[in-house]
Amino acid sequence: MSIWPTEREYIAGPEDFETVDMTINIGPAHPATHGVFRMILTVDGERVVDCEPFIGYLHRGLEKLTENADYRQAMGWWDRTDYLAGMSCEMAYCMAVEKLAGIQIPERAEYIRVMMAELSRIASHFIAIGSFGQDVGSFGTSFTYAWRERERIYDFFEEVAGDRMFPTYLRPGGLQMDLPENYEPRVRWLINSIRQGIDDLDGLLTGNEIFVERCRGLSEINTERAINLGLTGPMIRATGYAWDIRKDVPYSVYDQFDFEIPTGFGTGDVLDRYLVRMAEMYQSTRIVEQCLDKLPGGLVLHPDLPKTIRIDDAECYIRTEGTKGEYSVYGMARGGNKPYRMKLRSPSFCNLSALKELVVGHYVADAVIILGSLDIVLGEVDK
Amino acid sequence: MSPLSFGNHIPGLWAWFDVVIRIAIVTLVMTVIVMYLTYGERKFVARVQQRLGPMRTGPWGLFQAIADTFKLLTKEDLRPAQADRWVFELAPYVTFVPVLMVLVTLPFAKDWGVRNLSLGMFYVFAALGLNIVGILMAGLGSGNKYALLGGLRAAAQMISYEIPLVLSLISVAMIAQTLDLNVITELQHRRPFIVLQPLAFVIFYTAMLSELHRAPFDIPVAESEIVGGFFIEYSGIRWSMFQLTEYGSMFAWSVFGSVVFLGGWEWPWGGDVGWGYQLFLTFLKSFIWIASILWVRATVPRLRIDQLMAFSWKVLLPLVLLQFLMNGFILVYGWPEELLFATSSIGAAGLIGFIVMRGLYRPKSPSLVGAYKQPQGSSA
Repeated sequence: MSIWPTEREYIAGPEDFETVDMTINIGPAHPATHGVFRMILTVDGERVVDCEPFIGYLHRGLEKLTENADYRQAMGWWDRTDYLAGMSCEMAYCMAVEKLAGIQIPERAEYIRVMMAELSRIASHFIAIGSFGQDVGSFGTSFTYAWRERERIYDFFEEVAGDRMFPTYLRPGGLQMDLPENYEPRVRWLINSIRQGIDDLDGLLTGNEIFVERCRGLSEINTERAINLGLTGPMIRATGYAWDIRKDVPYSVYDQFDFEIPTGFGTGDVLDRYLVRMAEMYQSTRIVEQCLDKLPGGLVLHPDLPKTIRIDDAECYIRTEGTKGEYSVYGMARGGNKPYRMKLRSPSFCNLSALKELVVGHYVADAVIILGSLDIVLGEVDK
Repeated sequence: MSPLSFGNHIPGLWAWFDVVIRIAIVTLVMTVIVMYLTYGERKFVARVQQRLGPMRTGPWGLFQAIADTFKLLTKEDLRPAQADRWVFELAPYVTFVPVLMVLVTLPFAKDWGVRNLSLGMFYVFAALGLNIVGILMAGLGSGNKYALLGGLRAAAQMISYEIPLVLSLISVAMIAQTLDLNVITELQHRRPFIVLQPLAFVIFYTAMLSELHRAPFDIPVAESEIVGGFFIEYSGIRWSMFQLTEYGSMFAWSVFGSVVFLGGWEWPWGGDVGWGYQLFLTFLKSFIWIASILWVRATVPRLRIDQLMAFSWKVLLPLVLLQFLMNGFILVYGWPEELLFATSSIGAAGLIGFIVMRGLYRPKSPSLVGAYKQPQGSSA
């Protein structure tokens, strides 16, 4: 008779000893949730066994509001969906209205729109990477580095449109007004500053062994699964599939530019998502540069635009590459000066739906990083 | 030597007067230093992050520390309904007292400290190891899940890093052949022990960061995950006790580290010049030490708990045991001191080289830095 427990008992433990899973509530006010998002993690020790997300804390009824306002009045609310990149949201909305009304906008306006959308993308990715660095645990340094460049971009937006986060610069039919006089040296300076900022962040985060060790091989996902989950944007590009609406279904004047779709190393892990965002910022600066070079003269607003846009029966689906993924708008008009329906397909919401699958099985500390790598914006998730 | 000097036995009532005065001086100085360390950290980290830090309270925000102290002292002392009352209320004191205990034996200048103990080094790491009891009490008594996770993480981390820490100190003690901190300092008249034991120094520094819960080993407090960990439920004076512990032990560890490795008040020429210079040396070294801790904190992300454990058990512990063994051979056979230096620096170079090589050896790409500029697709 041995004094040691038999093998079965070793695994199962004594009869009266049981372990209980613990639930941890993260959010709605928690530094890791980047807004008002709540998730309940069920953990076994430090391992996540279940994850239940709760959304809706920032629901403002965007789609219903749009149905009750004039085509131009609704503009301001669409800024506030992806509030880190107001201009790209405006662009999608304006494109939907223009498609419904059949308005052709001046070429100069198209180029300026693209420039603004790309600058917004850079600003949004800076915030994503800066706060992602904070999630991984750097004490706000990556955040302030990123914030510096984002502030400079927003300063430019303020000069252009009079507002920083919610510029309401675009109009159905073109732009509110032309660029300020000194825009060209201003934007070139901005591009240099942004490239310097990307370089700084690259040295601070990518050059850090701990950062790379934390991110590599975390929550890998393959292309097929990513497509099935409806992931778009950097999330799917990180899996190695170069899917980008700007290239694959070109809209506006994106077919005029020479830029690449970064795909990282194609493993779909957190590190790849981070690298894709870094590379995308660089490609966006290239697009902005080409915009400056090719910017044609002329008007920025359609000259024969009626004061009130009235649209008879029309229907459209506009796909744009938002900062977080495919930002699409389904529009329907049935006469009058208000849309009958404006549906938003928000990339953050679709990417967030993959959260449970990505998080389960990892450590609590990694759950926070994975959530950060999804780069959600709650204004867009909750609409 | 005056009769009131450090290290001599003073008989009778005078001993009590003497010790009370010395403790009062050390405690007051430590409190002021801790107050201004919080200010200093905010300023230092702010400069790293391209900010200004506190600027509004007094010139350059110099009164910020005092304002913070008053705010903390007058704040309501909250206790959650779920908390275990006595465990919760006592935990800050249990955490703080070991730090005060450590200050008793640190030599700040020649023959000046509160009391010299012949087992000083042993006493220091024994007392600082007691911290964890208070942290566990706070974690378990708060009735909060974040606090529980933080407390347990702290315990696991403390246990793993105590071993390399103590062994690296023992490597020095083997050379000094004493545990008396005053004697250890005097032995560094010609050269500080960091010259002889660079590997032990590197390991000591790493393990010390972990004991202090500073980045990159700050998983028990992890602001972005468990929002402060074990002290999440505390407020007012009890919270400030934890703050005092954090910065007080940072100060204590840096004085201790500079005494053991950097020559304390003795090197260079401390023994020949007066006590003012010796105090200056002690504080200069400890402040440089603290600044390096803050610098690391401002730039480095956090490790995950399994990486943390693996680093302690798989890297630090074997290396420090090797160092320990080599020291033993060299000292037993009376080989020259240069050999100590040679073996230990090879070890330190090996450790640093290992980490650098690991960083350079990427399974899929030679370098990630600057990869964002390369044309994509070729790397995929």
